[in-house]
Amino acid sequence: MNIRKRSLNGGAWYWTFLTPSFVALMIVVLIPFIIGIYYSLTTWDAVNPYSFIGFKNFTNLLHDKLFWNSLLFTAKFALVFVFLINLLGLGLAMLVTRAIPFKNFMRTSFYLPNLIGGLILGFIWNFIFIDVFSTIGDALGISGLKVWLSTTNTGFWGMVIITAWQMAGYVMVIYIAYIESVPVDLIEASQIDGANSWQQFRKITFPLIFPAFTISLFITLSNAFKIFDQNLSLTKGAPGNTTQMITLNIYQTAYSEKQMAYGQAKAVVMFLIIATISILQVYFSKKREVEQ
Amino acid sequence: MRRSRIKKYTLAVFGIILAIFWISPFYLVLDNSFKTKKELFTSTIGLPKKIQLGNYRQAAVDLGLGESFVNTILITALSILIIIIFSSMSAYALQRVKRKTSTFLFIFFTAAMLIPFQAVMIPLVAEFGKVKMLNIPGLIFMYLGFGCSLGIFLYHGALKGIPQSLDDAARIDGCGRFRTFWLIVFPMLKPTTVTIIVLDIMWIWNDYLLPSLVVNKQGMRTLQLMIFYFFGQYTRQWHLALAGLTIAILPVLIFYFLVQKQIVKGIISGAVKQ
Repeated sequence: MNIRKRSLNGGAWYWTFLTPSFVALMIVVLIPFIIGIYYSLTTWDAVNPYSFIGFKNFTNLLHDKLFWNSLLFTAKFALVFVFLINLLGLGLAMLVTRAIPFKNFMRTSFYLPNLIGGLILGFIWNFIFIDVFSTIGDALGISGLKVWLSTTNTGFWGMVIITAWQMAGYVMVIYIAYIESVPVDLIEASQIDGANSWQQFRKITFPLIFPAFTISLFITLSNAFKIFDQNLSLTKGAPGNTTQMITLNIYQTAYSEKQMAYGQAKAVVMFLIIATISILQVYFSKKREVEQ
Repeated sequence: MRRSRIKKYTLAVFGIILAIFWISPFYLVLDNSFKTKKELFTSTIGLPKKIQLGNYRQAAVDLGLGESFVNTILITALSILIIIIFSSMSAYALQRVKRKTSTFLFIFFTAAMLIPFQAVMIPLVAEFGKVKMLNIPGLIFMYLGFGCSLGIFLYHGALKGIPQSLDDAARIDGCGRFRTFWLIVFPMLKPTTVTIIVLDIMWIWNDYLLPSLVVNKQGMRTLQLMIFYFFGQYTRQWHLALAGLTIAILPVLIFYFLVQKQIVKGIISGAVKQ
């Protein structure tokens, strides 16, 4: 009894087991996060002495055209990306969960791009957009294909194509998990009752896989704001910083312009956006659980 | 019944064409990596006339392949090893000891996952720079900090399914906490361990931004960093650049085909975590 009681309260071993991760999390995430919030209120540049300036960095942000431009670009990207990728992911999942030959080959192929780092994928598509597209453009006589990545608009769609191609497989896997958990007897019963595929989807599959929408909608939304590597290797913000995502803007401010505190203020804004998305997600999932 | 058979095969054909189209970028990379510079521009889509293995030799030299490969494997393996060891131990303490501190710390660990990397990046790198820790050990420690939250979360969930009576039996037989955990409990967590290994390999192997800020120095660079420099050098020499990309992609593909099932399981448990 004594042993059990002591072990339930946790003795020295309790802290021994916890300390390494706790210390790492504090040093790597929590302390820099808190220091970062403080730095965002100063003139800190990591080299020179700095002073406290209150919310000046944040008020400066309001007039920072480049920052607003990147925020707007990211938001626009997020909107298109989330819509497209969920549509694609669901479509692919529905295709590969049917009883058709070669479905494992399809699953493998659709998932493949997701294994490779964003940096490399960006370089691959750099080659495709610039060289392959202009070859095709020459052959077909379409001059529009020859200017990919050199205009803001094609840069935007370039980003959408590459990230949707990369992550559709990931979203597909989430949807597959839910579709496969739909009881087979429900589907069979509906077939006996004469339901067609669309009715089956609308009345049975769709309501049962609804939780997958919430999960994948929010994951893709917060991913859209975190994308960096693909942006760096595909367009690097070109032409003229018009295809710069918020993460690249933070990076450039901190490391190219050496305005560390100002960059950190931007990072705090980014944190607030991500945190809002996550809180909304928790709110909506909890609400649905209560309703059920 | 016949109509549904036709429908089935139409769908299959459509799916196969789509799948081939989906992986065609990889074909283009592989195909053109074997061509000469001139051939690559005159026939981008066709097969190479003669396989140019020289592209690979040149790319391997320029990527510093031996060194960057060793660095990447070292960083990935050691980071994952300590993430596994420390997050499983912490999850065990938090799950088995029912008290307020445990609840609080568990929420604390999982809430940290909400903080995006960019929100800590600038101060983190600056502070580590001050104490001269911008090196491989420093990077590995950072991966522990960023990776332990998900590890603890997944292990915590798995531990709920392993009965406490098992620990008690071991303890009565005279096992200490340390041995009880490592000899009795940890082996039973194997599925979760595999999931974490798979998720973290894909994360750390492919990571560019953090290593670019921490180990961007002679002799410490990872494969992703070398690819970045390599590309800056060769933007107009695609035949070499594409050979380099193929070298960088290959290990990940081999890994995928070895553990495909676990990857899918890993994604699902990683995604549904939130």
